[in-house]
Amino acid sequence: MARKSKKGEKQEMEMVRIYIMGKEYKVPAGLTIMKAMEYAGYRYIRGAGCRAGFCGACATVYRKEGDYKLHADLACQTTVEDGMWLVQLPFTPANKAIYDMDKIEADDKTLVNFYPEIARCVSCNTCTKACPQELDVMDYIQASLRGDIAKAAELSFDCIQCGLCAMRCPAEIAHYHVAQLARRLYGKYIAPKARHLEERVKEIEEGKFDEEMKKMMKMSVTQLRKLYNARDIEPEED
Amino acid sequence: MAYPKEFEKSIRKVEETREERLKKLPERMKEKEKDELLKKWHPDYKPEAKRKLKVGVSKGSIVPNEVADIIEAYPLIKPDEIDLSQVDYEADVLIIGGGGAGTAAALYAYYEGIKPENIIIATKLRHGDSNTIMAQGGIQAADKPNDSPLIHYLDVIGGGHFANKPDLVARLVMDAPLIIKWHEELGVMYDKKPDGEMITIHGGGTSRKRMHSAKDYTGMEIMRVIRDEARNVGIKVLEFSPAIELLTDGNGRVAGALLYNLETEQYYVVRAKATIMATGGFGRLHIQGFPTTNHYGATADGLVMAYRVGAKLRDMDSVQYHPTGVAYPEQIVGLLVTEKVRSLGGQPVNVDGEQFVHPLEPRDVEAAAIIRECYGRNKGVVTPTGMRGVWLDSPMIDMIHGEGTIERRLGAMFRMFSRFGIDMRQEPILVFPTLHYQNGGIEIDADARVLGKNGTIEALFAAGEVEGGVHGKNRLMGNSLLDTQVFGRIAGINAARYAKKARKPRSLSLEHVNKYVQELKKARIKEERKAPLLLPDYRGKEVLSRAIDIL
Repeated sequence: MARKSKKGEKQEMEMVRIYIMGKEYKVPAGLTIMKAMEYAGYRYIRGAGCRAGFCGACATVYRKEGDYKLHADLACQTTVEDGMWLVQLPFTPANKAIYDMDKIEADDKTLVNFYPEIARCVSCNTCTKACPQELDVMDYIQASLRGDIAKAAELSFDCIQCGLCAMRCPAEIAHYHVAQLARRLYGKYIAPKARHLEERVKEIEEGKFDEEMKKMMKMSVTQLRKLYNARDIEPEED
Repeated sequence: MAYPKEFEKSIRKVEETREERLKKLPERMKEKEKDELLKKWHPDYKPEAKRKLKVGVSKGSIVPNEVADIIEAYPLIKPDEIDLSQVDYEADVLIIGGGGAGTAAALYAYYEGIKPENIIIATKLRHGDSNTIMAQGGIQAADKPNDSPLIHYLDVIGGGHFANKPDLVARLVMDAPLIIKWHEELGVMYDKKPDGEMITIHGGGTSRKRMHSAKDYTGMEIMRVIRDEARNVGIKVLEFSPAIELLTDGNGRVAGALLYNLETEQYYVVRAKATIMATGGFGRLHIQGFPTTNHYGATADGLVMAYRVGAKLRDMDSVQYHPTGVAYPEQIVGLLVTEKVRSLGGQPVNVDGEQFVHPLEPRDVEAAAIIRECYGRNKGVVTPTGMRGVWLDSPMIDMIHGEGTIERRLGAMFRMFSRFGIDMRQEPILVFPTLHYQNGGIEIDADARVLGKNGTIEALFAAGEVEGGVHGKNRLMGNSLLDTQVFGRIAGINAARYAKKARKPRSLSLEHVNKYVQELKKARIKEERKAPLLLPDYRGKEVLSRAIDIL
């Protein structure tokens, strides 16, 4: 079966060579690694998730010709380059600590107690260099070690848990699990509580809106439309 | 600048009109104007893009062609070839789908007293791979003093064109603050002021600022926290094992599901006292050829399976196109540009830098206005691949809220565009509507029980994007994350209550699949399509034309 090409539609697509797990393929320049692998004939089971940089399913490592460096990126967010040798990371084995959030405290030893291996950090910064989100991974591990939960939570907030840091770490730390605990401790114990939220939940539980809600649920479309079109809209300005 | 040269003139015009535009927004449209705009320009109003279903409970109802294609399709398996006598997994509660709804359901089934080892989440990809994790903008809840669930109710039902099921909307808005409270207790890091007050903003179609967020990673933050909690309590998760059919007890009660291990190609029989469908939506069907914001697994498997067992569908005729998908660069075309960009003051403007719509109309109206601007008035920007788009004037955000706002509150967006050489603090971004959300779905009642022809289908529940009725014909921003959590919780609680009283199903059957096949044949539907789809196929055409299946 020959390639279907319409007459006169001579496309001069610029092609680049990439090596998927060592095998050479020619793919159109400008594609992401993910789309290039599909173009080459791969149908993903592992290695593709949200396809938009939010889920960490497509962690990829690659080397470029003439460059000793091992690069780490997301396949869905990185454009192919000529002479790229790549492989995707299908899974990261990393032990997660088990904890009961209601029974633990947010003190300066909590993180190191659950993840004592963070004390093995040699400050090599490899995790930071491997992070496709460009987070200061080593800094949040150091903050965790110091017991600075707020700092660890803040620095790690954009973590998509792809596992590249954990795969590269010579101290065998599972950074993203440490960060998950730090953020939950921060959210639960350190961030101030929203009082208006508590108040509203109480009102709802006391049935404050029940009567009115029942009435509204019975309204005709005409009545609802009238109310809807007459809504006052809270001004945009803060 | 990473933009092609031909964009320069237009960008300069956007810059020139910026000061003026800061002072004034276009008026919001009146109802009549909206109706006319939608009828003429919204993709939902193209009759040739839809057709009537020929089979099943909702025979005669109108759905997009792509949905009809998978509903009017033959099963992946031949029931006679499946051995149901050997049960691989027993569960009190089986949850199909590992996104936000499925995970919330699992946790609430556990809170309700089901042992974690008797709860199974079966998911097609990894636990958490879902549209939930990609939700950027936020989650609505009426928890401020100037707001109330009643006002939220009105926004939801008006935004949905009054087609929503009132009892579902009432649950959505009444349970919303409770969900946010639950999240706060689990440790979700919502954006807050120093005194703990939630930072809330408007979304399209809201009359109060009730959009709660965790930067522009709201869904990811919620998802990773509830997943972490599911792991802590020990919920059993079967990854890369999608359900391919539901099972019944032969008497109409749903009794579990048949799973398929995508990697070993083996099937598993799961017998369950109660089953929850939480498979998400249909973005990867690429309705009308639109690109999509959805995750890789969004192929509407749950619709197909539930329909075969007798679930009704509703509001499937309407599809949500998010007004602002990426139109440039090519690598990320169709990906979501969160509505929060407009909530924070980014204005849509045309090729000449002119405003043409209020930035915060409901999504269908906003999308239709952008399509009209590009194709009706010819005022779009044409990209090198021939796509059209309008500018979203992102630099206005830092002008309004101060320098650093984009990086702080739109970190994911800023990072995505930076990766492709575009600095959205300095330059506007180019957008066009993209396929975003399945407004309708399987019909449920306010207890998340799935409805069939004669009332509820025993032992089957549904939550999240797979179900319909909550959002009517158009969902508002921030109500889908909310839907996953509210109805996930309700489904989890009710499935657990049901399972506690129910006996194990005595027998397992796929007879409903045989019946469905007979109906397909009777309707003279050719055996050329199979469903559920499980995964889209994006392999290159050349490869496919020479692929053979011999292993």
